Amino acid sequence: MSQPFYVSPEQLMKDRADFARKGVARGRAVVALAHADGISFVGENPSRALHKVSEIYDRIAFAAVGKYNEFENLRVAGVRYADLRGYSYDRSDVTARGLANAYAQTLGAVFTQESKPYEVELVVAEVGPTPDADQLYRLTYDGSVVEEHGFVAMGAGAEQISTYLREHWDAGLDHAAALRLTVAALAAGAPAAADGAVRSVEAEALEVATLVRGRARRAFRRPDVAEVREALQRA
Amino acid sequence: MSPSHDGTGRLPAAFLAADTSSFVEFLGRHAPDTLAQLAPPPGTAGTPLTPHATTIVALACTDGVVMAGDRRATAGSVIASRDIVKVHPADAHSAIGIAGAAGIGLEMIRLFQVELEHFEKIEGATLSLEGKATRLAAMVRGNLGMALQGLAAVPLFAGWDLTHGRGRIFSFDATGGRYTESDHHSIGSGSYFARGSMKKRWRHGITTAEAAAVAVEALFDAADDDSATGGPDVVRRIWPVVAVVDAAGYRELDDDAVEALVRDLLDRRHDDDNPGGAVPEVGGTPA
Repeated sequence: MSQPFYVSPEQLMKDRADFARKGVARGRAVVALAHADGISFVGENPSRALHKVSEIYDRIAFAAVGKYNEFENLRVAGVRYADLRGYSYDRSDVTARGLANAYAQTLGAVFTQESKPYEVELVVAEVGPTPDADQLYRLTYDGSVVEEHGFVAMGAGAEQISTYLREHWDAGLDHAAALRLTVAALAAGAPAAADGAVRSVEAEALEVATLVRGRARRAFRRPDVAEVREALQRA
Repeated sequence: MSPSHDGTGRLPAAFLAADTSSFVEFLGRHAPDTLAQLAPPPGTAGTPLTPHATTIVALACTDGVVMAGDRRATAGSVIASRDIVKVHPADAHSAIGIAGAAGIGLEMIRLFQVELEHFEKIEGATLSLEGKATRLAAMVRGNLGMALQGLAAVPLFAGWDLTHGRGRIFSFDATGGRYTESDHHSIGSGSYFARGSMKKRWRHGITTAEAAAVAVEALFDAADDDSATGGPDVVRRIWPVVAVVDAAGYRELDDDAVEALVRDLLDRRHDDDNPGGAVPEVGGTPA
């Protein structure tokens, strides 16, 4: 009878992390960005039906990159978590922090206990009454949570996109300016064409959603293509 | 232990299952105790545990539907509330009103609102108006045990049908029966009088503004003959809730608009010299 090879815990975790990281890096980028009028999410997603950005609750939204079936499961779980909490207690008792915590525990447990980790990266965002009260949580495949300030980029080219945003982001941007900045950042993150030209991103290929600041109840909005195009063309 | 945690903080497996888009079904499977109020409590038959909510009217008009409700809840012969709100938005394009056991009815509205929003978020699309009415019928049926013990709550549902581009009204019975009402309908203790009033005043091609006036008048007539229905409270300035649902969605008339309708109605009734009978004769009893 052959003995199974010994694999050290360090090696096992590293292998799992590498596996998950590769899966996430294959996904097209999504950016969440806070601005004066709310929090906007922009991703390259040609599909009109399969979303990467979704409404969770009144002021809370969810964005994800990676494997669709896995983050879709997490999204549905998040909606159930939020609706159950809001129904059992009060709508004001549903918070992004609570949801991020539940996601972190879930991702962490799957990472260590299941046969394969989730190949996903998530953002849970909550728009506040003022920009200082905005919350952005980035969650990775192993259950770590980072509270980010201002913006988060995930997926392919996330490094370059973050670098670009770090140089150009400003808390006082309005909605249209934030959209333009995000699209420029996405273009900067995409690999340049063979001739070195920076790739342009069309409004039709974008999934855009915004948590609008100052709404009484449901703050989540998806502008249509015409609105996005108009905002991108405004100089 | 909170129903959303299994002790480890991890989301329970039921949350991650892709089995249903219905919040009520999810509650029934995962947290049935939150639905426990929909099962009959033992040995409470006939006890008035919760105030009774009264009359709701709904009318179709050219641009959509109008739903209105009085503001009274009663407990036996006592007025339990003068300003209860019994007409609510169910979602962006529909309205729901309740009559009967107030505690159960208001809870039913709250659950129905979450149910519609939940479906919308999970599926990324809204239910059809028929679909919403069917879900509501199932929830009413879920309350049958309580209804048999005297705690019946019955909703009236109206909304804008986005597929067919028109307003529609649905009524229900305690067993979960669902009926489409074409022109107008009323539920609650004052509904007989409200229906009689609407029969005379409603007509085809009625505008939204006219329908709102007819609704207020129907509630006034209901309050005139049914002690459990509250009339417009001119002293406290408490007016009926009048909601309009059309292609633009759900909206409620503000207090000033409803007050104007009420004042206009009172003036007409007064000036017509026929306020509806029971006027004492001037000059004492005839010889």
